[in-house]
Parts: sequence; structure tokens; C-alpha cells
Amino acid sequence: MGPSPLASKKAETDYSRHIRRKRLILWGMALLTGAAALASLMAGSSGLTIGEVALALAGRGTKQTETIVWNVRMPRVTAALAAGTALAMCGCIMQNVLRNPLASASTLGVSQGASFGAAAAIVCMGAGNQVNPGSGTTASLTITNPWTVTVCAFLGGIATTVLILALSRMKGITPSAMVLAGVAISSMFTGGTTLVQYFADDIMVASVVYWTFGNLGRAGWSEIGLMGGLCLGAFLFFLFQRWNYNAVESGLDTARSLGVPVGFLIPVSMAVCALIASVSVAFVGCIQFIGLIASHMMRRLVGNDFRFLIPCTALCGAVLLLASDVACRVLVPPAVLPVGALTSFLGAPLFLYLIMRRGSVG
Amino acid sequence: MIAVKDLCFSYGKRRILSNVSFQAEDGECVAVLGNNGAGKSTLITCVNRIRKPDSGEVRIDGRNVGNMGRRELARNMAYVAQKNEMSRSTVFDCVLLGRRPYMGWGASKEDVDKSLSVLKQVGMEEFQLRNLDEMSGGELQKVMLARALVQEPRVLLLDEPTSSLDPKNQYEMMALVRQAAKERKITVLVVLHDLNLALRCCDRFFFMKEGRGYCYGDSGTVTGDVVEAVYGIRGETVQVGQKKIVVIG
Repeated sequence: MGPSPLASKKAETDYSRHIRRKRLILWGMALLTGAAALASLMAGSSGLTIGEVALALAGRGTKQTETIVWNVRMPRVTAALAAGTALAMCGCIMQNVLRNPLASASTLGVSQGASFGAAAAIVCMGAGNQVNPGSGTTASLTITNPWTVTVCAFLGGIATTVLILALSRMKGITPSAMVLAGVAISSMFTGGTTLVQYFADDIMVASVVYWTFGNLGRAGWSEIGLMGGLCLGAFLFFLFQRWNYNAVESGLDTARSLGVPVGFLIPVSMAVCALIASVSVAFVGCIQFIGLIASHMMRRLVGNDFRFLIPCTALCGAVLLLASDVACRVLVPPAVLPVGALTSFLGAPLFLYLIMRRGSVG
Repeated sequence: MIAVKDLCFSYGKRRILSNVSFQAEDGECVAVLGNNGAGKSTLITCVNRIRKPDSGEVRIDGRNVGNMGRRELARNMAYVAQKNEMSRSTVFDCVLLGRRPYMGWGASKEDVDKSLSVLKQVGMEEFQLRNLDEMSGGELQKVMLARALVQEPRVLLLDEPTSSLDPKNQYEMMALVRQAAKERKITVLVVLHDLNLALRCCDRFFFMKEGRGYCYGDSGTVTGDVVEAVYGIRGETVQVGQKKIVVIG
């Protein structure tokens, strides 16, 4: 017996309203991202008004404002957009395919593995040069060969991913145990990075240490292009698989029974996550907690529906990183605090709050 | 019609299923019975190739399921697991997922309409926007059944669908299963522990012991001797009016 036309229409309307609400949240996140990007373009030691930024963006500002907007702040904004979306998507997808609400590139050691690979490329393979900024107080690093750094970071990240995948297939391993294993793997790679630094000269050590803080101002346009291109490719791949991720939320056996190619989906998704997390680490350093927090914040608004969760999480990651970067620039002017330190500092209590509010996450 | 022939499965060197064979007609409800560890759940997951059997074959209307693609298989067989992971998604989204084997880029209006229709059939239409993690055990099982039915399968595989339900919900759930089997001509294989529930709701009874089929047939197969041989406890069958019940001990 089918539903009565009236009841069916009402039910359909309810569902349409439910979907419309999720679409509104998605548009809201897009607007918030635009606002955060604008705030990031305005914030800094030589503060610009919204009008000055608009004129500079349109190519009708003064030479000074156009230089500030296009050469100084726009690279930071685009780097934050690319790295924020990459790390956030990474956490969202890892949590799904590993069936672990605590999974993210930083908690499982993927970032640390990539960090080791990138440090090895910079110090041992000459893929980076140290330069001193105007103040002369802090050494910073310019990556001269982004491809070498990317490949080495990816190798470090993918090595960790293979280890994590092997662990996840062990019978009886709990989500907490997997995160503990991530702590062990992180420790191993941090030790490796320390050894690499041990054999480097003083300035290079200072540069690499500064680099591990996480800094959005380091990436040039070519690095941002590479990061953005890979991030866009990953986003499209994840979006294409959105129904499969929804099925995996019901358990792997159920997903298989719904025709989901689980044997392909999990390793390929993890490899794509490792790639975008590694590239992000290679070009902007270690930025923690964005990947863990963004998806949990969005789950509260759109649930575990990956049709909306993937784009919302990506935008949320971008907003969090842009907002953190703005804070880093305005908190102690004229100094620019390392954004990685700030995200860790603020992200950890926020994550604890999420855990305490619900008893558990996920 | 489903025909299972000489199905074997091992975990490493440990043999779980040994030459399991049986067949069932369209619209029949088959109870898979036996002690814990007899291989019932493994049999269910081998039938729809969630676990790949070592040897043997499963045919639906003469077609070997081993030769079907993933999507085609999912259009022919639906599965409800013993334990369902309760994610933070709505009842409707969960049921809509059952249309995954038919979807292209996204869900069509037909997918949405069919999901609504099945939700109504299992009496869960009012709960469509409720999150799964807010549902009771009985409600959740009905949602999972709806998701399986919306796959429009020829064969429905249920692994202990009543294990965490109170008696009222057990009978309601099995009544829905039986109704779906008869109306949609679906063959149902259902793993059960409650012999009386099986006698009340199923047409045929497949007893398993130590990974092998022990006996198979209609309600006449369920006897005190079979119960004793399969479960290792004394049992007696008693006729109460039209109904046959099993008294243990």
C-alpha cells in the first residue's frame, strides 16, 4: 500500500525544507569565507579600509595599496584558503574512512611524516634557501624547488598513511588506540626531523624550526598554485564519492552491501588525504587542529550528510585559518605570530569543549 | 529463487563454512538457526559476497552472483547487519542511501518518492527528519529494514534483526519482514535465535551446526531431537491450538 497523496506531499515538503536548510548553511559558510578573506586583506600593520581594498582589487587603487593587497596579503589569503580547505577535508574524510572521530592529519602523524620529508628535502637535498626578512631578527625560508619538497613531503605523509591503514585493519584496534599509535608515529618522525636538523648549520636549523611553526606568508604564487590545484582536484574527487562516504557511515559491511567499492575507496581516499596534507605541510608548515575541529563543527550543523559536510567543512577550515591568521597579525603588532602555534593554542580547548559537551565526538 | 550450493569459507586455516547448500523460493522466509559460532552470520555475508567464499556458488534465478558487478549485486540482494552504526544522519537520508545502487550523480525524484513510500510502509514516515542517534532499538531496526527494502532486492538478508528488541518489537519487526516478503515476492534469509519467533514468522528452517547445514525444511523439521542435536539442550515441541511452540528444558 502506497502513501496517501497528501501525506506524501507533506513528507516531501518536510524533506525539501530540510535540504533547503542545509543549502542555506552552505551559502552562509561561503559568505563567511568571503568575509574572512576580506578581513584578512584589510588586517595588518598598514591597515586598509574596505574601500581601499576594493579599489586595489579592481586595479584602481594607489600603487602602495595595490602592492600591499596583491603582493603581500593576497598570497596569504589564498594560501590560507588552500591550506585550510585541504586540512579540513583531510580530517573529515579520514574520520569517515577510518571510522574514527579523532582522526586527522596531525593526530595520526601524517603531518609529522610530511614535515620530516619536507625538512629532509630542504636540508639534505638543497630544496630550500634561508633568507632574512627586513627586521633581520628572524631567519625564514624560501623553497627553491617546490616539486622536490612536495614529493618528499608526500613520501613522508604516505609512509605514515600506509602504517595507519595497516593498523586500522588489525582486528580489535580501538579509535583511541589508533590515535595513540599516531602519537608514536608522530614522535618517530619528530625524532627524524630533529636528526635532520642536527646535521644542518645553525641558520638552516633556525629556518626549519621557524618553518615548523606554520606560516602562511612563506608560500609564493607557484606553491599556492600547486597547492590550490591539488586541493581542487581532491575536493572534486571527495565530492564525487559523497554517497559512498554516506554509506561508509553505516558501517563497512553495509557499505559493501550497497555496492560501494570499499577496497578502492579507503586506500585511495587516504592517499589523496596524505597528498593534500603533505603539500600543505610542505608549503605552510605544521598547522594543527584545523583538520580535527572543522568537520566536528560542521557535523553539528549539517549532520553526517557528506553531500553538504564536505563543502561546508572545506569552507569552515578556510574560515578558521583565515581568522587565525588575522588574529596572528593584529594581536601583537607589528609582529606576526606563527599561525600554527595559535591554531594549536585555541584548537585544543575548543576540541575539549566539543568532547565535554557531547560526552564523545562523532 | 535463491540456490546456495557447496559454500565453503575459512578464516585463515579455520574452516567456518563447509559445503553449505540449500535453496528457497520467491516470497519464502527462511530462518537460519543454530548455536553461536555455527557460522550463521558468516553464511549471510558469504551469500552476498561481503566475504568472498573459498568455493561454492550462490545463484539467483539461475544467475551466479559471483559474476554480477557490485551495483547489480546490490540491486538483487539487500543486507541488514546485526549491529548498526548510528551516525548523525536523518532517517530519510539513511533510507535514501538504499537507492545508492540505482543512483547516478545524485538522488532522483523517483529515489526520493520510493524512499518515502517504504518509510510509510514500515510506519516511520513521521520520523523521517529525526537523527538516527535519537532512535530506539526497535525504531532503528525498522529504518534499516526500510533502507534494505528501498533497494528493491530479490533476496533480503537479515542478521539477527531482533536481537536487541523487546518481544513486542520483535514480533512487529518480523511481521514487517514477512509482509514485505509476501507482497514483494522477496526471499528472506533471517538469522534468529528465538525458535518460537522463527516458528511464528518463517516458512522454512535451516539448522546449522559447526559450519554445516544440519537439516532444512518446513515447520515439521523443528523437533525436540533436532533442537537437542543442534543446541545441546533438551527441547520439546508442543501444539497450542494452531501454533507449534518449542519448550526448552
